[in-house]
Amino acid sequence: MSAASTIAGPDPLRLLAPDGTLADGHVPALDGDELLDAWRAMLRSRVCDERCFSLQRQGRLGTFSPVNGEEAAVVGSAWALDPARDWIVPQYRELPAMLRFGYRLAQAMQYYTGHPAGSRMGDDVNVLPFQISLAAQIPHAVGLAWGLRQQGRDAVVATYFGDGASSEGDAHEAMNLAGVRRAPVVFVLKNNGWAISTPVRKQTAAASFAARAAGYGIAGELVDGNDLFAMHDACSRAVTRARAGEGPTLVEARTYRMGPHNTSDDPTRYVDPVELEDRRAFDPIERVRRYLTAEGLIDEASEQRLVEELRSEVDAAFAEAQASPAPGADAIFDHVYARPPGRLEAQRRSAAREAG
Amino acid sequence: MPEMTMIEAIRSTLGDALERDERVIVLGQDVGVNGGVFRATEGLQERFGSERVVDMPLAEAVIVGSAVGLACSGMIPIPELQFLGFGSQAFHQIEGQVARYCFRSQGSYPMPMVIRAPFGGNVRTPELHSDAHEAKYVNTPGLKVVMPATARDAKGLLAEAIRDPDPVLFCEPLRGYRLIKDEVPEEDYTVPLGRARTVREGTDLVIVAYSAAVVIAERAAERAEQEGYSVGVLDLRSLVPLDVDALREAVAACGRAVVLHEGSLTGGFGAELVATIQEEAFWTLQAPIGRVAAYDTPYPPGTIEELYVPSVDRVLDAVRAALES
Repeated sequence: MSAASTIAGPDPLRLLAPDGTLADGHVPALDGDELLDAWRAMLRSRVCDERCFSLQRQGRLGTFSPVNGEEAAVVGSAWALDPARDWIVPQYRELPAMLRFGYRLAQAMQYYTGHPAGSRMGDDVNVLPFQISLAAQIPHAVGLAWGLRQQGRDAVVATYFGDGASSEGDAHEAMNLAGVRRAPVVFVLKNNGWAISTPVRKQTAAASFAARAAGYGIAGELVDGNDLFAMHDACSRAVTRARAGEGPTLVEARTYRMGPHNTSDDPTRYVDPVELEDRRAFDPIERVRRYLTAEGLIDEASEQRLVEELRSEVDAAFAEAQASPAPGADAIFDHVYARPPGRLEAQRRSAAREAG
Repeated sequence: MPEMTMIEAIRSTLGDALERDERVIVLGQDVGVNGGVFRATEGLQERFGSERVVDMPLAEAVIVGSAVGLACSGMIPIPELQFLGFGSQAFHQIEGQVARYCFRSQGSYPMPMVIRAPFGGNVRTPELHSDAHEAKYVNTPGLKVVMPATARDAKGLLAEAIRDPDPVLFCEPLRGYRLIKDEVPEEDYTVPLGRARTVREGTDLVIVAYSAAVVIAERAAERAEQEGYSVGVLDLRSLVPLDVDALREAVAACGRAVVLHEGSLTGGFGAELVATIQEEAFWTLQAPIGRVAAYDTPYPPGTIEELYVPSVDRVLDAVRAALES
């Protein structure tokens, strides 16, 4: 058994095989322009990962956590939701989902370069900010879904967390409450095998995270997280249940973190290179590429053009972030309170004097 | 004007808020059918239904954490911690999420929430039920901390906290829920946050206190008066925002001060008060500032708690020491 693999258990739902062929008789619900849009989002994510790594190594970007390997889990789930009425409550490795819901790539670049403007959410952007304190966002997602429904809004909330964060008490408390309140939430647990250097078998003795759903009285699905169609399929079912008032679903996306945890991490210290190489054969992007190629929807030349276009998109976003006015001392104080105490205002004036 | 106990004042204010604004939602353990373990929410679920006065699972972190999401959805949540000492189970949500969500989202998601929490000792409850943990929350930028000492203020400050766009930790002295009783106007009114109340004027010394300790301070001041001293009492009402002007003026007027609280001494709010007085009114001081607090120990068992919680005698000792130095 490889170092990180989950303890043997049930087989996850798989609709698109690594060779790009569909399961017998399956007709993907994700097709046409939506499918090409999802493909584009997956590729953009990979291009963005590469570019951000390079910028970080040049000292032009702060800490960055790549999506690398989890593109199908993030895109397949996000494409099961409707950005006009549904919501995304991310952790920090779900940029493609946030972008689908209207968060701008230039803002992501502001965030990664330490500019506060990257955290301001637009009025029609149904996305909560990046979450650094692992699992803390999961109760927020439940409250958001509950509150929106109580106000008569037809909204489903998808929230994301990993195998590591699943060990936090907040994950348990939130899924339990969601079950009790039948909150319209899709819990997307991306089991990518690793919490920095800790393999999943040290997070849990259970064969599956999805099995926890039974303990909360909610639906659970174990899914091949590297399969775009399986993720879209399972999450679409979860969204349908949530909209119908049938409550939340825990979707375990069995995936693999193909890169480091973040730009500060050196996984060669703990990842078996043979295992990593094995897992690359399950690359979620390669799978979709094979399918789309066989369907005659893309070819090498068109993909090359798309990659060039996406690189320009990422570069333009970075340039826009770089061009945004540098924040001053006021930005330390802005928005700490909506109605700040006088003492803080005195500190603001003092900081302004210090800054000259 | 009718007299009300503090618990009655709080209950009626919650009822008014639920009545006035349909975005308001009360949530917590036992707040619904049972009306709260201290009856702070008694009758509210009957009036407003189980979707607006919500019985929650026994899990502080998700009571507060789901309130963050409720606020993001546009509601005004009033989560109740059954006891402030159990707030430690939700501290990561309060400190790491509630308090900084407005900042983290650059103003996209302010947190107009009031976390209500009874606290304080001398009622023979086991540890953690009685702890005065306010200092931990004062050191949490983004949060406001309100500590009423009278029924009238409990109503006005709670009404203001619910209207305030920022998150407020509203600490209720459980010892005073029924013992504290005073005149409370029937009409709707608010008491601004960050405006201290002069409880008693004095020309020799001022005792600075908040919440139920104000009652201790008043008794100590009365005893000091019998000994021939004129001792004033300043009730801070809120720790964040802090009424620095009132603090400066109260100390400057008499040149001597004792600060008092039920939380433990080291790193307690008294340290902040002494530091602030030093910055603001050092040249008016005629004696070192006295500091009366609980000891730096865990909350002790009931048979010895009266030796732990600051008493009138301990305050009086500090008052005498300051006056005689």
